[in-house]
Amino acid sequence: MTSTNYINADYGIWSWLLTKDHKRIAILYLVSITLMFILGGFFALLIRLELLTPAGDLLAADTYNKMFTMHGIVMVFFFLIPSIPAVLGNFLVPMMIGARDLAFPRLNLASWYIYMAGAAFTLYAIFTGGVDTGWTFYTPYSTAAANTKVIPAALGIFITGFSSILTGLNFIVTIHRMRAPGLTWFRLPLFIWAHYATSIIFILGTPVIAITILLVAVERGFNFGIFDPKLGGDPVLFQHLFWFYSHPAVYIMVLPSMGVVSELITCFSRKTVFGYGFVAVSSMAIAVLGFLVWGHHLFVSGQSVYASMIFSVLSFLVAIPSAVKVFNWTATLYRGSIEFAAPLIYALGFIGLFTIGGLTGVFLATLGFDVHVHDTYFVVAHFHYIMVGGAMMGYLGGLHYWWPKISGRMYPEWPARIGAAIIFIGFNLTFFPQFLAGYLGMPRRYHMYPPEFQVLNVMSTAGATVLGIGYLLPLTYLLWSLRYGKAAPANPWRATGLEWQTPSPPPTDNFATTPFVTEEAYDYSSVPEAELV
Amino acid sequence: MSVEAHSSDHIAPIKLYLAVFAALMALTATTIWVAFIDLGELNALAAVAIAVVKATLVILFFMHVKYSSKLTWLVVASGFLFLTILLALTMADVVSRGWLGTPGG
Repeated sequence: MTSTNYINADYGIWSWLLTKDHKRIAILYLVSITLMFILGGFFALLIRLELLTPAGDLLAADTYNKMFTMHGIVMVFFFLIPSIPAVLGNFLVPMMIGARDLAFPRLNLASWYIYMAGAAFTLYAIFTGGVDTGWTFYTPYSTAAANTKVIPAALGIFITGFSSILTGLNFIVTIHRMRAPGLTWFRLPLFIWAHYATSIIFILGTPVIAITILLVAVERGFNFGIFDPKLGGDPVLFQHLFWFYSHPAVYIMVLPSMGVVSELITCFSRKTVFGYGFVAVSSMAIAVLGFLVWGHHLFVSGQSVYASMIFSVLSFLVAIPSAVKVFNWTATLYRGSIEFAAPLIYALGFIGLFTIGGLTGVFLATLGFDVHVHDTYFVVAHFHYIMVGGAMMGYLGGLHYWWPKISGRMYPEWPARIGAAIIFIGFNLTFFPQFLAGYLGMPRRYHMYPPEFQVLNVMSTAGATVLGIGYLLPLTYLLWSLRYGKAAPANPWRATGLEWQTPSPPPTDNFATTPFVTEEAYDYSSVPEAELV
Repeated sequence: MSVEAHSSDHIAPIKLYLAVFAALMALTATTIWVAFIDLGELNALAAVAIAVVKATLVILFFMHVKYSSKLTWLVVASGFLFLTILLALTMADVVSRGWLGTPGG
């Protein structure tokens, strides 16, 4: 650890707060979103404790409304959306393509400050009374009725959106202009394809949510009739505009995770990915199709049945590229030389949970079934399988896999494997009972429920406790490894990929000389079967 | 590199900018003038049509898209494609909402 790297290149708080190094900015994001995750997790804890008993005995109805709203807002906008792109993407996109930094390093730092400014507004809303509209801010409640801190919370999301837009812009320009010589589009790691697709959604979708939120503020503040029928507006219009962004936002959360999984599966099965082109193009297909399906959130909102039919059919289509990925990962594993390291356990968890989340998504895109389970715990379980089972598993898998590169230290393998298993078990114990409760008719967003649902809710709360312990484990041993972990070699996994050709942790400029790429991605046949370091 | 660098450095004569500015002002005046005439169903259409012409002028000249590379054109076009998707699928709902009638309505 005597050589100069991006961590010890400079000291002092300002060397971090004014850094233009993409790797240091990734660390700034890592710290910020981890704090937000802990806050969002705290709200989840209160929700699950309240639901331990059928009576509303821990939180008053109003407080409960605030808890699930703030859990959603914090987790979606301040943790999940920036999670992989802003942390792993920021760190790895330049390194994977053989570049010294992103195309616009100052803009990258500005993105983090914008994120923090947005977070400040939303935290102000949270700590001065909270907000109770649901993370979806549905009108006319949010504009005409709610007497909570709607405008500061919404403004925080509006501001944070610009951070996403700038990150997306930075990635797109970097991937177009700064690839190392020889690194053609179809030699790019699938992580890069996933981030390219995600960036497109960032740029095309985020402005729409920004304008929608602004319209809510204008209606709430100045009584302009846009969404409130009393003022001549159309409340369903809000839902159209909101979900035009917020459905693709689900793919913002899960596409980068898919990119991570492609890296993990290939490395720990020592094989090139099955059907590279299909996996790469399916990321783009998901990004584009994701913009055509938002109306499936409006099946019981008064949307025309004809539009609902169109949206239902279009929603089914997303299953195709998603299935392409799942089948191709499975085919990659087939006859691979598999090593069950912690990152692979997360990746396998991702495949299983994403499959359940995705297939229940097909159920929900079916008009008749959706009417039955709309606004029940079935929906809650479905999207947690995608966002937590999918996005979160990918994030943690990726964080472990690249931890040696990021920190220069190895994480302890066995605690990590146990942690991954605990998270998988805790997750299923938390959310599978919610499918059952929802199918049996338990509505979401109530602090009380009929006693017959108690067994399922106790299981869910018990699972959440296990899940919570599962999350505390990596937090603990990753921090521990910063001081006590074994020093990491440059390429502990014997992985292909340009990021592993740099020392761990990498120097500020990443590469001493610009690499020249002559091979396809994941050419594991060329990596010697040496002893694992 | 050179193609884009060259195209984004394109300097249009100041006269052109003044002409575009004058056109934008004239179209703004037209919007106000049209607002005082009752065109029935066509009220919104007229206002939107004028706005589209103005936006096109801004994009082509003030944003230099007219002098930019094909990639820039592609980026602009995809923005409009997705805007069209937003409007078309939303209108698919708005237009057909009344076709079945509402219960009790």
